[in-house]
Amino acid sequence: MEALTWTGSLGTILNPILSIAVLLLAISVVVQIVLSFFAPAITLQSNADGTLMKRGGALGMFEQATKLFFFAALAIVVVYIVGGIILPYGMLGIVGAMSKQFAPVWIALFLTFLASIMFKRRLGLYGKLFDSVIGMIGFGLVMFWVFTAIFAGLFDLIATHDPLSQISGLKNKLPGVALPEGSEGKAPHYLLGGDNLARDIFSRMVYGSTIVIAIAPMATIFAFMVGITLGLPAGYYGGRLDTILSFLANLILAFPVILLFYLLVTPEIVATGIPSFMAAFLFVFPIVFFGVLLNSRYYTQPTKRTPMLILVLGALGWLYLSMISQTGTVLDFLPPAVDLFDIAPGILVVFVSVVFVNSPTVFRIVRGLALDLRTRDYVAAAQTRGEGAWYVMLWEILPNARGPLIVDFCLRIGYTTILLGTLGFFGLGLPPESPDWGSTINEGRKLLLVFVHPPLPPAIALLSLVLGLNLLADGLREESLKD
Amino acid sequence: MGLFILRRVGVMILTALCLTFIVFWLTNLYPNLEKLAKTQGNFRMSDEAVTSYLTNRGYTQSLPVKYGQWLGVLPGYVIEGSDGETRSRCEEGKTFCGIIQGDWGYSTVFQDEVSTIVAKRLGVTGFLMLWVMIVMVPGALIIGVLAGMREGSGTDRSLSTVSILSTATPEYVSGVILIALLGTKAVIDWDTVPFKGSATSAIDDPNFWNMFLPVITIALYGMGYIARMTRASMTEVMTAQYIRTARLKGVSFPKIVMRHALRNALIAPFTVIMLQFPWLLNGVVIVETLFQYKGFGFALVNAASNNDIELLLGVSIVSVFVVLITQLISDIGYVFLNPRIRIS
Repeated sequence: MEALTWTGSLGTILNPILSIAVLLLAISVVVQIVLSFFAPAITLQSNADGTLMKRGGALGMFEQATKLFFFAALAIVVVYIVGGIILPYGMLGIVGAMSKQFAPVWIALFLTFLASIMFKRRLGLYGKLFDSVIGMIGFGLVMFWVFTAIFAGLFDLIATHDPLSQISGLKNKLPGVALPEGSEGKAPHYLLGGDNLARDIFSRMVYGSTIVIAIAPMATIFAFMVGITLGLPAGYYGGRLDTILSFLANLILAFPVILLFYLLVTPEIVATGIPSFMAAFLFVFPIVFFGVLLNSRYYTQPTKRTPMLILVLGALGWLYLSMISQTGTVLDFLPPAVDLFDIAPGILVVFVSVVFVNSPTVFRIVRGLALDLRTRDYVAAAQTRGEGAWYVMLWEILPNARGPLIVDFCLRIGYTTILLGTLGFFGLGLPPESPDWGSTINEGRKLLLVFVHPPLPPAIALLSLVLGLNLLADGLREESLKD
Repeated sequence: MGLFILRRVGVMILTALCLTFIVFWLTNLYPNLEKLAKTQGNFRMSDEAVTSYLTNRGYTQSLPVKYGQWLGVLPGYVIEGSDGETRSRCEEGKTFCGIIQGDWGYSTVFQDEVSTIVAKRLGVTGFLMLWVMIVMVPGALIIGVLAGMREGSGTDRSLSTVSILSTATPEYVSGVILIALLGTKAVIDWDTVPFKGSATSAIDDPNFWNMFLPVITIALYGMGYIARMTRASMTEVMTAQYIRTARLKGVSFPKIVMRHALRNALIAPFTVIMLQFPWLLNGVVIVETLFQYKGFGFALVNAASNNDIELLLGVSIVSVFVVLITQLISDIGYVFLNPRIRIS
């Protein structure tokens, strides 16, 4: 087999068009920024026949041009993607071959967007997201990686090779290198080249997404549970409770994150069991949260509440116990028959430290929101009705704080992804052969001045996921403010 | 005002004590000490040998006592060891020797006094931070003001997207991408590579070519956040009554922005800029590792990964104080800058 080029034979036609479109887009954006300082603003003019007209002038013209060039560039990118799927292998080079590997993801994305746009008026805030271009781009990027993680992690699609197996002779080889005779894989090439241990960079990037997508949202949910359970009473009651909790939160926030990671994640500290105890402490909060949530609402109807609580607390409690009881650590008390699952030891430590770093910030946000919302009329109404304090907090204040919390949730998943990458970058927590993006960047940066191709794919993958989450948050914020 | 500052300083000292105690406790856990004994003595030490090594050097005293000695509020130990030698924490003639007295201990990795290492490294990193600030703050303010002066316009949208992009790019990603683009010939076929991808030489001979990439890498990540805050503050100011009055008087748009809006819009970003310091500290550690710039962050990573307890303690106390002092300055500065709070 010959080595693949980046865009194959069709690329000679498509590449110049794409570069022209991108160049024109860049020029029009820059001109627009410069003009905006001098040119008159775009205004609306009402005509005699009762219609409205946009009076754009030079600025308006460039704004139109930017839009046009943006869609032109987007259209060419779509041609690359569709071409990669339809055309035979190798016609569009590495880009086409990668697009072919990602085919299930493209289809899933297409169906999601189609369904969402068709029913967007009936889908509440989620549907409104599809009114904003920024929000749609963000959602698309996030869902791209979510689908990649699902297809790669559960169905073993997308990746071309095993992320850990090595093929001799492909060490540090450039993207598009052909496999030697007799070696196996779903593609006859290493699409993005080989790393310093002769493993397929493309497949490692794909499998890296499963780790990030599995940990980051879960860790953020836990951080939110901790932050909400502590932040609501702190903001609602105020006083000494608030002072103490805020002091503790500020204490954690004043810690430089990297120092904290180094202090928590080193093998010596893990051996003392401190992360296990922290896990035991932090993972209680979801149980407390759901217990209080249900109890405060239904305690007047014991026939309904008691079975509900038994069911929910039982299930959560079992999950909790099997989560904190890990073979080989200090906390190992459940017999294997009852223990539902064991998490890889590195992952639990990483998970705990990320939750620990994120919770104080969530606490501060929730506390601030509760402080603001407790003076509202509906809170006073609920108090007059004689509702309990926790009912007011969880069923009156929390639902009304959901807007800012949802936006922050998206941002925080992005920040958690960055933190996971930071941990990987310093080689903390996860085992060194793990394909997660931080660890791969760490492996690749050591030889960065000689071979640049190993760390770039995971770096760009991480960037695109975090960017997607931030754009999504921005779109959500914009749309939720429109009401 | 005086009482406010006094209370803030009190809380700050309490926080510092708590934090240093936590760091002290975590670094002085038994597995860490055992590792220290084995690296300092020899790796095949028996458990008894480790215990006697640690006892002879005062490591097995109770934690509050050790912390007090390290801080310098309790007299340093004098222990007659099991090997007959008498060891004391302090030099001849001194009873108290801790952080307060300026005895920061001895680094096992760099084989030097911790205080000299920390002072030297802080200077080197301070130089890096200075340039980051010089690049980041004006850049972020310009982007924020340009985006915020016409809310919802095309400029606003494109600049906001740029700032979102920069907040979404952590240092280890932008650093790798920038080195690949500008520091090697792999992606763009330079005749001569424009910038140096390693900043090792910048310690002795800092110049534009070896400092550019590290500075830009740190500045990019912080820039987006400050720009967004500036934009928010600017859009708020632009809807204020006095701006409308100025417009109705017929003042030209650039003049409104420069004369009327700018000064009021820059109060809020001040706090944000001060609160960026802890973030910068993170960025510094990542960038110094990536670019092999042997500064404060590099010392932190080395101390932490080589179990250099005294240096790690020294580094943590400095970073904790940097964070707390910037918080204090931002609190006081905000009160001072904002006339509404200052007068009431």
